[in-house]
Amino acid sequence: MQPDISVKNLNKVYEGGFQALKNINLDINRGEIFALLGPNGAGKTTMISIICGITNMSSGEVKAGGYDIVKEYRKARESIGLVPQELSTDSFETVWNAVSFSRGLFGKAANPAHIEKVLKDLSLWDKRNNRIMTLSGGMKRRLMIAKALSHEPKILFLDEPTAGVDVELRRDMWEMVRKLRENEVTIILTTHYIEEAEEMADRIGVIRQGEIILVEEKSRLMSKLGKKELRLQLQNKLDKVPGELTLEPVELSEDGYELIYTFDSQQEQAGVARLLRTLGDIGVDYRDLRTRESSLEEIFVGLVHE
Amino acid sequence: MNFYGVKAIYNFEMSRMRRTLMQSVLSPVISTCLYFVVFGSAIGSRMGDIDNIEYGAYIIPGLVMLSLLMQSISNASFGIYMPKFSGTIYEVLSAPVSYVEVVLGYVGAAATKSTILGLIILATAKLFVDYSVLHPFWMLSFLILTAVTFSLFGFIIGIWADGFEKLQIVPMMIVTPLTFLGGTFYSIDMLPEIWQAVSLFNPVVYLISGFRWAFYGVSDVHIGISVGMTLLFLTACMAGIWWIFRTGYRLRS
Repeated sequence: MQPDISVKNLNKVYEGGFQALKNINLDINRGEIFALLGPNGAGKTTMISIICGITNMSSGEVKAGGYDIVKEYRKARESIGLVPQELSTDSFETVWNAVSFSRGLFGKAANPAHIEKVLKDLSLWDKRNNRIMTLSGGMKRRLMIAKALSHEPKILFLDEPTAGVDVELRRDMWEMVRKLRENEVTIILTTHYIEEAEEMADRIGVIRQGEIILVEEKSRLMSKLGKKELRLQLQNKLDKVPGELTLEPVELSEDGYELIYTFDSQQEQAGVARLLRTLGDIGVDYRDLRTRESSLEEIFVGLVHE
Repeated sequence: MNFYGVKAIYNFEMSRMRRTLMQSVLSPVISTCLYFVVFGSAIGSRMGDIDNIEYGAYIIPGLVMLSLLMQSISNASFGIYMPKFSGTIYEVLSAPVSYVEVVLGYVGAAATKSTILGLIILATAKLFVDYSVLHPFWMLSFLILTAVTFSLFGFIIGIWADGFEKLQIVPMMIVTPLTFLGGTFYSIDMLPEIWQAVSLFNPVVYLISGFRWAFYGVSDVHIGISVGMTLLFLTACMAGIWWIFRTGYRLRS
């Protein structure tokens, strides 16, 4: 199947020589939620800005919805909705007018029923006649999303959509994103909240210093790079790790009441059984045990700091 | 052609005018009327005729032109500068609109506003000074052509400006002096020869002269030259805008 977004050999060098993007190659499939993770200044927003037409690329080829973003920019842009990171709004305009303006700008005839639906979905209907300057930060964020959805895009870019919004709104947005995905909308999400990517994304891309260092399905990424940890709470305090346990990488907690065994989640599980058997053999009793998988955040931190 | 896109920008800009009626319309109308009262009715009655036209009537085309130039530049420059300033320009840049459509929307609205304003000022002038229009078609054509040309110029200034101060510099420091020295209050024939020659380097002379011809059939320079010079400036502005969009100057990094 043809990817919904195709980026080939994309480079961006700003005036002054700073190279923001280095030979980016990336395909994003129709209807998937793709999370682009990376530290500040990694190039996430630059990449989104190029695909959306806000920033010029230095070299490369980008297609959106199957259309070249330079040669067939009209067709490409018609299919894209963008929620930028900054809350940029026309303070004196009303919510209704601002959203209607966006729809017209993207070449669509007025459709009050659709605008009404979008505003209701985003809990903005009661505020439709309010001037934007009177809205709270969270409401403005919803408005930015409403503007991006006003022309029924097939591809939606969410650049840090939940930065600075409360938990309730964040949950609402996640719900909205899921509904959009059900309608085959492709969603590209950049976020600092790793839990957001962990909760929603189908695939994860990690960008560091202008380079894509990894693209992987979320579940595979977590199993490939994730760590598992087994913690055994001991009946009696130990002074040191028993010599018989040298086969496994086992640590003793500071208080001496816990043995901690860390292993790759993909590794065969024989180590756990062997460890428990050995403990039984040498008479170390435990009263409880629990395992924990590392979070995407821990994987991400590990990747960007390599 | 993204007709809905052009319409959206145009309507958005026109609604800004409706929101700021005091500043957009009333303020320039009142200040121009003060000129009519002072120079037309009060001082004008003691001044001699110029080219057999009463002084109060003689200055009307120049004063309308002064407001037209200032408002065309101000409307268009502010129209494109504000989205840049507030950051909402991202939406225009990411929309499926060509630069011709963007210009049509912004410049079309700015030119409409200043043309309406010019007509309101002309109507108001009737309250203070008696005047007639010899060539109404050419008067209206000149009004619209000048409004479009200087709205294009204002659009360029709005893109170029990176602060509110720069938005004001060109209208206040360049256009106002050129208009005052461009024959608004006098015929350049009344100047010493050397200053007549210098005046011909002032582009506003051609605008006022052409506009006055449409009213009274008299002009400082031939009407053909006036139209030619206005079209030349229009072409230069269009070339400037073409370059801006081609290079992304101060719009796309």
